[in-house]
Amino acid sequence: MATLTINGKQVDIDVDASTPLLWALREQLGLTGTKYSCGIGICGSCAVHVNGEAVRSCVIPVSTLKATDEITTIEGLSADGSHPLQRAWAELDVPQCGYCQPGIIMTAAALLKRNPDPSDADIDAHVTNICRCGTYNRVRRGIHLAVDLNKREKSS
Amino acid sequence: MTRERVNISRREFLIHCSALGAGFSLGLYVPFNSQADEAASSQTTEVNAWVVIEPDDTVIIRIARSEMGQGTLTGLAQLVAEELECDWSRVRTEYPTPGQSLVRGRIWGSFATGGSQGIRGSHQYVRKGGAVAREMLIEAAAEVWGVAKDQCSAENSIITHKPTGRTTSYGKVAAAAAELIPPFEVVLKDPKDWKIIGKPVKRLDTVDKLNGKQVFGADLQLPGMLNAAIEACPTFGGRLKSFDNTSVGKMPGVRKIVRVGDNAVAVVADSWWQAKTALDALPITWDKGPHASVNSASIEQMLDDGLTATRVFVGNRNGDIDKVLKGAVKTVEATYTYPYQNHATMEPMNATALWTRDRCEVWCPTQNGENAHEAATEAAGLPPDKCEVYKIHLGGGFGRRGAFHDYVTQAVLIAKQMPGTPIKLLWSREEDMLHGHYHPITKARMVGGLDDKGNLMGLHMRISGQSIRASINPRRKNRMDKFVFQCLLPDGDHAISYTVPNLLIDHAMRNPPVPPGYWRGVNINQNAIYMESFIDELAHAAGQDPLVFRRKLMTHHPKSLAVLNAVAKNAGWGKPAPRGVYRGLAVCKAFASYVAACAEVAVDDKGILKIHRIVAATDPGHAVNPQQIEAQVEGSFVYGLSALLYGECTIKDGGVEQQNFNSYPSMLIRDMPKVDVIIMPSGGFWGGIGEPTIAVAAPAVLNAIFAATGKRIRRFPLKHADLRPS
Repeated sequence: MATLTINGKQVDIDVDASTPLLWALREQLGLTGTKYSCGIGICGSCAVHVNGEAVRSCVIPVSTLKATDEITTIEGLSADGSHPLQRAWAELDVPQCGYCQPGIIMTAAALLKRNPDPSDADIDAHVTNICRCGTYNRVRRGIHLAVDLNKREKSS
Repeated sequence: MTRERVNISRREFLIHCSALGAGFSLGLYVPFNSQADEAASSQTTEVNAWVVIEPDDTVIIRIARSEMGQGTLTGLAQLVAEELECDWSRVRTEYPTPGQSLVRGRIWGSFATGGSQGIRGSHQYVRKGGAVAREMLIEAAAEVWGVAKDQCSAENSIITHKPTGRTTSYGKVAAAAAELIPPFEVVLKDPKDWKIIGKPVKRLDTVDKLNGKQVFGADLQLPGMLNAAIEACPTFGGRLKSFDNTSVGKMPGVRKIVRVGDNAVAVVADSWWQAKTALDALPITWDKGPHASVNSASIEQMLDDGLTATRVFVGNRNGDIDKVLKGAVKTVEATYTYPYQNHATMEPMNATALWTRDRCEVWCPTQNGENAHEAATEAAGLPPDKCEVYKIHLGGGFGRRGAFHDYVTQAVLIAKQMPGTPIKLLWSREEDMLHGHYHPITKARMVGGLDDKGNLMGLHMRISGQSIRASINPRRKNRMDKFVFQCLLPDGDHAISYTVPNLLIDHAMRNPPVPPGYWRGVNINQNAIYMESFIDELAHAAGQDPLVFRRKLMTHHPKSLAVLNAVAKNAGWGKPAPRGVYRGLAVCKAFASYVAACAEVAVDDKGILKIHRIVAATDPGHAVNPQQIEAQVEGSFVYGLSALLYGECTIKDGGVEQQNFNSYPSMLIRDMPKVDVIIMPSGGFWGGIGEPTIAVAAPAVLNAIFAATGKRIRRFPLKHADLRPS
């Protein structure tokens, strides 16, 4: 049994303590937006936020998380798809198959939280997710567009 | 007949899966064997097989091909909508099922989604489907009004009686239209009148991919479902001898441990993580079979033997190559080697199956619903009409999920051992890496002869290696497979881009016991590397500019020449590049489209390669959705360059060595060059989009590397090459 705080709500889940967060999210809580792909923390398809930082949930055992840790998944990034990244992604039709996109969006969202106007070099360093369809150039444009959307809203 | 509706909507039931925090519920429609008619669906009208219209003017367009990221869903909907004259903003799509197709005499044609065929293989009949529905809707309105049909027209889902200006909408007349006899013949629009085809409309499937709602096969949840993890013998051709379930059978959540076919074992548990954990602990004994000593070196020996073999299959020949090579002023010779590749779809193989004694249902990502249905039927041991397959959007396909449905077979074989319980089988990444249908392995020996003016007088290309089609159909082991000559044939969709006065391209089939499969671009990947690198070698041997040298061979290939000229001009070929930056060219015709690329790269003192920019041109005949073509061109560079830079499956002890993304890396965003896409549709034909560009990705970069370093790389991937200046 573990108590976690996910998308602002505290939940009790009945899993072995060694279960990775990814599988607790997907199988105990039905939050399947967070994807399994490599299982060894390399590809980033399973990225979620823990206290605002992007982490690879496939290699984080539930036992290492505290009830006070704020976990956010793609389902909780915004209530209505209105996060600047989600709007930018829709505007540019970024996804192809879409499987890796929740992980990429969550990774980029954490980057923007820390660095509201990242350079291309910042994006290169921070976004290390694998996308086999090859959406990278639109991902980059999408991050820059999200920054613009943010700026426009703040100035208006 | 037109009243007969496909009960797709009635076969849906809603599963609620409460999502935390955001406060919305995840509503997942899953087609299921519900015989009960649901009142809600009785409002929709099937006008014909392709078009369903709801009273509120929502238009549902049926798509038989699969969406795996390539944008086919949207492109095909554009084709139908163009002729239907419907309101694009009200268009939705749905997949018909292979079972329904069987009942209705394959009314939707082929479900196959490969070979860049989605649009070019069905544009005619899907447009006709839209046009027929339009005519029926107009006729229905005319009948209601008691006016002549030819006085009415349709636009944006509104039908207008021109003399009076009276209007009605598709939703209002759809039911009446469905009663009518479809027109025998319809005239399709002239391309110059297209309003939706050719426009960069947004994809229809983006929104759910941004918020976690898009359900992939791996995400499927059914009531009472259990989860299975599987391990097959890591040696090709090996078998499962035994497993010891005494302790593992008692592990948390474990329900059953089952033998799957003759080579695999699966653990079924409440959750997949429990199943996987138990499987990892399961003592298994394998019979490694006859190929346990096969390794990369022994496979290369087989291929080397083919390079000089005399029993070969000729793919393209003209002139007298032997005579010309003997008399050549200068001959150039080179051997190239291309490794096995895995598809490495981000979503590993998976399928969910529910088996009872009189019915089998499967939910799966598939590039070919009909093939999946066949696999399910065979494994289920039931007649085809007792089986159904429900397609789910794919988390990547790239050819892995089209001809091979081993994962469907396995899911059904497991479900058969637990009748009445839905079983979701999900492969681990490791299983996915070890049990692929790999990009075939080949080598090529190239010999070219130049005359005293540096003109190419003769070219012999000997390919040695694997045939996918011989692997699929062992009766084909007659050593003839034309498919290996993609982009090298005398004519057709995969015609060679050059005219060489004396030419011989032949293939020595060598089939190692590693299962080969279709792959994004398949044989154009290596064939274009061989041809385009070697043409560059010949140009340099002739002391000529690679663009000038190519142009001389392309006078009979105007469309190929046009794309090549376009990239050269746009990239500034012949003009100085930025300091330290070097350019390379490649051109190819594949899947009926003409493509070219000019790559700009730099290689530093340490031999580190930086690909700065690629200019790419595509002539696909008709360009259905330019912004999606751009996405596919960019994506082709990622897939093709990932293979060039990193992709390699090596064989040891009869199995694949690379088990995950740590040993099978892909390009990341930091490796990605700027891509300038030139779309130059010349009209009059329908070429593919998803794959052709992959042909020019690698050779353009390789030729630029040669320009930068003087090093000609002939063995891949590049991660093994020392690019430091010599």
